Amino acid sequence: MAEATPGLGIEIRHLYKVFGRDPVGHVELAKQGISKTELNEKYGHVLGLRDISISMPAGGIQVIMGLSGSGKSTLIRHINRLIEPTAGEVLIGGQDVVKMDDQALREFRRHQTAMVFQKFALLPHRTVLENTVFGLEIQGKPRSMQEQAARYWIERVGLKGFEDSYPNQLSGGMQQRVGLARALANDAPILLMDEAYSALDPLIRVDMQTVLLDLQKEIRKTIVFITHDLDEALRLGDRIAILRDGEVIQQGSSQEIVLNPADEYIANFVKEVNRGRVVQVEAIMQPLSAGVTPNVTATAGTTLEEAMSLLSAAQSYELAVVDDNGSRLGMVDMQGIMAAISRSETPRPAAKPTLVKHVG
Amino acid sequence: MANWLADFPHLDSELLRALKKTIDEGFRAFTRAYGDAIESFFDPLHFFLVHAERFMTETPWPIILGLVALVSWLASRNWKIVVSAVAILLAIGFLDMWEDTMKTISMIFVCTVLSILVGIPIGIAMARSNRMQKIVNPILDVMQTMPSFVYLIPVVMLLGIGKVPGLIAVVIYAIPPVIRLTNLGIRLVDKDVLEAADAFGASPWQRLTKVQMPLALPTIMAGINQTIMMALAMVVIASMIGVQGLGQPVLKAIANQYFTLGIFNGLAIVGIAIIFDRVSQAYGKRLQKHLEVVHG
Ligand SMILES: Nc1ncnc2c1ncn2[C@@H]1O[C@H](COP(=O)(O)OP(=O)(O)OP(=O)(O)O)[C@@H](O)[C@H]1O
Ligand SMILES: [Mg+2]
Repeated sequence: MAEATPGLGIEIRHLYKVFGRDPVGHVELAKQGISKTELNEKYGHVLGLRDISISMPAGGIQVIMGLSGSGKSTLIRHINRLIEPTAGEVLIGGQDVVKMDDQALREFRRHQTAMVFQKFALLPHRTVLENTVFGLEIQGKPRSMQEQAARYWIERVGLKGFEDSYPNQLSGGMQQRVGLARALANDAPILLMDEAYSALDPLIRVDMQTVLLDLQKEIRKTIVFITHDLDEALRLGDRIAILRDGEVIQQGSSQEIVLNPADEYIANFVKEVNRGRVVQVEAIMQPLSAGVTPNVTATAGTTLEEAMSLLSAAQSYELAVVDDNGSRLGMVDMQGIMAAISRSETPRPAAKPTLVKHVG
Repeated sequence: MANWLADFPHLDSELLRALKKTIDEGFRAFTRAYGDAIESFFDPLHFFLVHAERFMTETPWPIILGLVALVSWLASRNWKIVVSAVAILLAIGFLDMWEDTMKTISMIFVCTVLSILVGIPIGIAMARSNRMQKIVNPILDVMQTMPSFVYLIPVVMLLGIGKVPGLIAVVIYAIPPVIRLTNLGIRLVDKDVLEAADAFGASPWQRLTKVQMPLALPTIMAGINQTIMMALAMVVIASMIGVQGLGQPVLKAIANQYFTLGIFNGLAIVGIAIIFDRVSQAYGKRLQKHLEVVHG
């Protein structure tokens, strides 16, 4: 049960969504670049999404970020087609979700995706256990197997002993654990989480992030996680896409977004970020200089904050960055780290980050 | 003064008489042609009614009392309700109205079952389609405002006097709340929960049976409760066309001015109304227990 189901990549191509009486008749305007306000005021249609192309690799956490109304929920609902697109493709494992008939779509939803909701959306008349078996029950799995999986996941999300409680007897954090257990019990390769943690208070939220990250180490699902909280995005996301007014304005790794914000809007977003937690040593490393042989090493991928504690633990001034095989790639010194964290100096990226910038 | 101001301009009396006559004759012809077929169509109903009544009247009274106590307990889990139900029945029996009361209870029971069997599917259909709702709602309005005596007429013309026509008249009168509240209950189901069911790939049938119906059940129960109350209100009128039970002594009391007889039987009807009402409401409340959202 706990063994990883191989993830399934998600490929969204040129997705458009127009809300209104005649979406198809207005999608051409959206393609020609009419602004959201103009489309709304002159034509009475709402631009939900415009030309979204995102490629989400299998087994990673893709975060989608943006302010309220930017189209995050609309986007994630296209992945399991709870919302019909106006134009575009959603390819999952090479299959276009948009072209599926009712039966195929149901099978797809039953076996390939599971979803966690902002408002939990638990069945109030069912106990925790009965809620958790829901997906498997819909699939028509034998009852004994449903219960076995449900009990396992209830325990994994930390709700053992609450199997027979009803949702209204649980706190918000516990209810969302049920939502998570219900989704995980489905054992689908894709996990969709629409602001799953937004209704929780900050401490419980961090707690739930930890639960998710710990689980993800073994389940290796393709997770699409929506949030409007940058800290959450940076903590969870292998890749982040930022939406505004229905358009992707930047996508890349956390580090790429923090180091090279595509525009003012994102720069404002990332201003307050603790860069030490996001930026990794290889982003600021310098070539090994002859004569200096650091006795501390850190693998590529170590964050600056972790590098700092390594250095202070060893009472050292510089460290060598090594790859997984232990060969040295370069070095970083304390001063460089401090500079990068305080942004007094523009860091020198080792490799040019590949930013996809959509001109909006 | 002009004549047409004092006297409302109306259809020529001859014409009107002819019109009514044609309709009536048409209906009579229809009855002659299809009356028997329709009657045999309702045979299963007759069978059900007769057996329910036989069960209630022929089972020894202590067993019936025990059954009533058991059912009230299972539905309400409340000792007070069980005790008052038994007390009311004891008083009724003591005043020698046991037999009529049993007949009335069996009639109400059959009528409720029939209303549920017919009403819930109609309510579901209404909840699924706005067009259906637009068609059915005005019909229900008419059914509820039409004086109940009026639909005794076609029923009697078609089926004559007896149990089955009485039952049908009562069902027509009492069924609207079940239909309306089934429709309402399903329409009120939380959109988020339905979306979750869709996201997990529920088929329309799974949506209905696993999400919509369970969540609408307390509302539907409220409809059933109202239906039972309305059926009880019809008991006296239905006795005019041959439904046996507590209604007939009341009719007799009206005709002969037997004040006490009327009051006793009237109170017995009130008594069983109270039992049905308390038990079904308590059951509805129990269903609702986990549905209200406390957190989140
Ligand atoms: N059914 C609909 N009909 C018309 N407009 C819609 C509909 N659904 C969404 N929209 C519009 O699409 C835009 C994006 O909405 P969406 O719910 O995806 O935003 P969001 O990023 O999820 O916001 P939030 O953070 O508040 O959840 C909004 O402008 C919204 O008004
Ligand atoms: Mg949203």
